[in-house]
Amino acid sequence: MNSFGIFLTLALFYLFSKFYQKKRVFYLNPVLLSILSIAIILKAFRISYQAYMESAQILSFLLGPAVVSLAIPLYKQREVIKTYSKEIVLGIPFGGLLAILSAFYVAKLLGAEEIVLLSIAPKSITTAIAIGVSEKIGGIPALTAVLVILTGIMGNAIGVEVLNLARIKDKVARGLAMGVTSHGLGTARIILDDELSGAVSGLAMALNGIFTSVVLPYLINVLK
Amino acid sequence: MYKGLAIIFGFLFLGEALVKILSLPIPGNVVGMILLTLALIFNVVKLEDVEKEAEMLVRNMSVMFIPPGVGIVLYWSLIKSQAVPIFVALIVSFFVTIILTAKLVEFLRRERK
Repeated sequence: MNSFGIFLTLALFYLFSKFYQKKRVFYLNPVLLSILSIAIILKAFRISYQAYMESAQILSFLLGPAVVSLAIPLYKQREVIKTYSKEIVLGIPFGGLLAILSAFYVAKLLGAEEIVLLSIAPKSITTAIAIGVSEKIGGIPALTAVLVILTGIMGNAIGVEVLNLARIKDKVARGLAMGVTSHGLGTARIILDDELSGAVSGLAMALNGIFTSVVLPYLINVLK
Repeated sequence: MYKGLAIIFGFLFLGEALVKILSLPIPGNVVGMILLTLALIFNVVKLEDVEKEAEMLVRNMSVMFIPPGVGIVLYWSLIKSQAVPIFVALIVSFFVTIILTAKLVEFLRRERK
């Protein structure tokens, strides 16, 4: 019985990915749909999360080596880092801090509990890193994962339109802002618009992941 | 294939060990990523030794988020009771971050020209 969890995860993700490839609409995000439908199945059949994780945890275990592997795209983009070093050195910390502080304080102002504040703080970085950061600072990694994906979906759905409305024309500015705000899902969208924006966006995502995971554990003690 | 995986898991282990020894609050896998990037830059590791395995892992990362994400079942009532602050904060933070970051970088780019 204990391979149920991994089977369910792979099968549903496969089906939702196929479906997404046909429809290509942002709200059919296959990761989010898989999470929600598995959650509903566990509830309906009274299966515990622990029983599900017995085999499904093999998949989440692979996040460790996958995060280490992000070194390869980062290394390959080293020329882009050199070319836009000034924009990166100032833009990534600015955007990274803004994402943390704006989410933290708006939620706090509206009366969110501390554990929710800790879970929402890393929501703009790539899911794989955000889960680890959330765990380190005492948040709920599961909640962080879902909030990160929702943030990515917003960027994928309306990020380009928001940048147009704000009259941002510069391709580097568009890419960097998208990557810092909406990580991989935002990058997947803006790369369709422009190759340079896409490259800068992917880079901004990786660098903000590093920046936030190094800074947030210290910053959070000041914010709390 | 085993060479590439051994290097990747080696850096993961190294990152985890450093975090433990120095009691850093940073995730061990991020430290492993930083060290592997440096190893590539300084030619300690050759790109072709890890490229295929690393790209396979990165390409298939999405499915790995699902099991931790399903953990929301344990926090259903907390999320329901805090839905308003959570979603308002997500939306406000999204607009503020994307617009102001883009404005700053655009300003820096004009400065340069």
